[in-house]
Amino acid sequence: MKITFPHMGNVYVVGKILLDELGAEYIVPPFNNKKALEIGTKYAPESACLPLKINLGNYIQAYEQGADTILMVGGCGPCRFGYYGALEKEILNDAGFNMDIIILEMPNGNLKEFLNRVKRLAGGFDIHKIFRAIRNTTRIAKQVDELEKLTFKIRPREIVKGSTDRIYKAFQEDMREARGYDQARKLVEDTRRELLSLEIDRSFKPLKVGIVGEIYTTIDSYTSFYLDSKLGNMGIEVERPVTISNWIIDHIIKSALHLPRDLRYVEAAAPYLGKMIGGHAQETIGNAVLFAKDGYDGVVQVYPLTCMPEIVAQSILPAISRDFDIPVLTLIIDEMTGEAGYLTRIEAFTDLLEKRRERTTIEENRVLSRS
Amino acid sequence: MKKKIGIPRSLFYYQLFPFWKTFFEELGAEIVVSDRTTKKILDDGVKSCVDEACLPVKLFHGHVINLKDRVDCLFIPRYTSISRGEYVCPKFGGLPDMIRNSFEELPQIIGTEINLRKSNAAAFKAALEIGSYFCSHKKRIERACHMALKAYGDFVKQGVNGKFPGDLLDGSQPKAVAGSRNGRLNIVVIGHAYNLYDSYINMDLVYKLRCSNANVITVENVSEEIINEKSAQLFKRMFWNFGRKAAGTALHILDRSDIDGVIYLMSFGCGIDSFVCDLVERKLRHSRDIPFTILTIDEHSGEAGLNTRLEAFLDMIRWRKENENYISAHG
Repeated sequence: MKITFPHMGNVYVVGKILLDELGAEYIVPPFNNKKALEIGTKYAPESACLPLKINLGNYIQAYEQGADTILMVGGCGPCRFGYYGALEKEILNDAGFNMDIIILEMPNGNLKEFLNRVKRLAGGFDIHKIFRAIRNTTRIAKQVDELEKLTFKIRPREIVKGSTDRIYKAFQEDMREARGYDQARKLVEDTRRELLSLEIDRSFKPLKVGIVGEIYTTIDSYTSFYLDSKLGNMGIEVERPVTISNWIIDHIIKSALHLPRDLRYVEAAAPYLGKMIGGHAQETIGNAVLFAKDGYDGVVQVYPLTCMPEIVAQSILPAISRDFDIPVLTLIIDEMTGEAGYLTRIEAFTDLLEKRRERTTIEENRVLSRS
Repeated sequence: MKKKIGIPRSLFYYQLFPFWKTFFEELGAEIVVSDRTTKKILDDGVKSCVDEACLPVKLFHGHVINLKDRVDCLFIPRYTSISRGEYVCPKFGGLPDMIRNSFEELPQIIGTEINLRKSNAAAFKAALEIGSYFCSHKKRIERACHMALKAYGDFVKQGVNGKFPGDLLDGSQPKAVAGSRNGRLNIVVIGHAYNLYDSYINMDLVYKLRCSNANVITVENVSEEIINEKSAQLFKRMFWNFGRKAAGTALHILDRSDIDGVIYLMSFGCGIDSFVCDLVERKLRHSRDIPFTILTIDEHSGEAGLNTRLEAFLDMIRWRKENENYISAHG
């Protein structure tokens, strides 16, 4: 059994460490690329959301390298993601790729079936091994997310432009080769030191932009055309509250054990969106409000075309923009999105943010032109 | 004076109106339903809604505009779930919020959450809350709820007995099928009630099929037991109410020899349809060669295109029935 799993930003680190610790054989598919998207678009239903298409591309590219089993997480709606695994299995089998799929979820609250699947994955039921794997996976997820957050801070302030991108890219490549938790942790630590040793402009006060939206398109840099790095290189500090470690710890572990969770975003969203409606709509609304209250200069929402929860969020965001006087840009991505048009919109948005900052610094002495 | 409650003729109107009609009438409210969909209602909706939303949600905005200045309150409950363990759609769950944040001046909105995902008792609690806007007697609300359930039960039963729900709600379409019994086709049209029973939005699809001597059968004509039994065969249980019904119906079609063709009516950008339609098509094509076509509608559908596709589909079925075993000797 050779396992593979779909890409989503740095999720591959989490996936590979989990499988390393469980002692399973696996293949990490090539990083998201144009070919993967083309393959996925060919087989997926045309109006499916973008992540499904890239997932399929990942599987098929891994299949070509010898993978035969897919590891995927599931859910029970209402977002389409919950049905990804089941539909992907149908599509792959119809297309002649004979792959099996292990969906980590509790079908109809069936704990036994869930444990069976874990057993299959772990090749036995060594409770000690499984607990250690979960603990180390959670740890590495957290460390990688912290490292990424660090790049958000350093990138706009670095003196030699492009240094952060270079180091971070090398880290992602090297991580493919790392084996086990210890090696991965060391790599994260080395990269962190390297980033901290970069020369930065400490007096620089960057604009701050919050990124909200659907989890896949915000986390996965390839899909968002490296939005966080683009903004960073324009001298803007970004913040992205929805992360993979947050998802694992808050949504899976804490909610399964009924532990208290950080629900500030729920409270912030309440006047605009009273309930959880699936996906990350509530996070999008809540975090946009929190960003506005924390004095951020702007908010960017990113989501794949036809994403149901984010459409609801998008129709509510103008009210937040009005109430808090904060600019919001919505970027919608599908397999046809052209990078140039996308970049133009981001540049126009950042120009607007710059101008707004000048306006507030001049205060009352606003002038249209001076001779 | 009676309180006027506005119910948009859109989305769940086509599934649950018999329930709410009885419920509000029993409580002594005056019900105002928005007008039948017109081009103006659709255009108004498209203008006031985000571009990315699907057609039915845009249309809903249009119906709200049509109603908002002539009622005391608008009935836009948050339909999170209408059946155990299942959801409706994220957009339905966020509908009252979308409406509230899209319009400046609105009458009071009754946006009570209806969430039957965990228990049916929640429905009763929601009904009590909705009823309390009109009446303070708990007993009376309970009775209204009871009567409404009965009316709704009758409506569902009539559907299962072969009545076309669209005819029960809206008598504007010719009920009878034109043409002789000979050569009459049985066409299953799978689609959301709000697309299927709004004849403006689907460009008179049902009327056109009937005029071409075809019976129209819908998801509502299949009983819940059959749907549940069939949909249980899926690799993974569907967690959307409509998804389960559509998949169950599709699997039921496979058992029937009297179905001549299947049309899947979907609205562009519908997240649920993008998955369910694909799954239904795969299930049908795997085991049978029943003719299958997809009609996608959006706010700029051209009627001629739909007509052409429909005619071609029906002609193909008829030619195939007549000539299936005929192979030209001329090659």
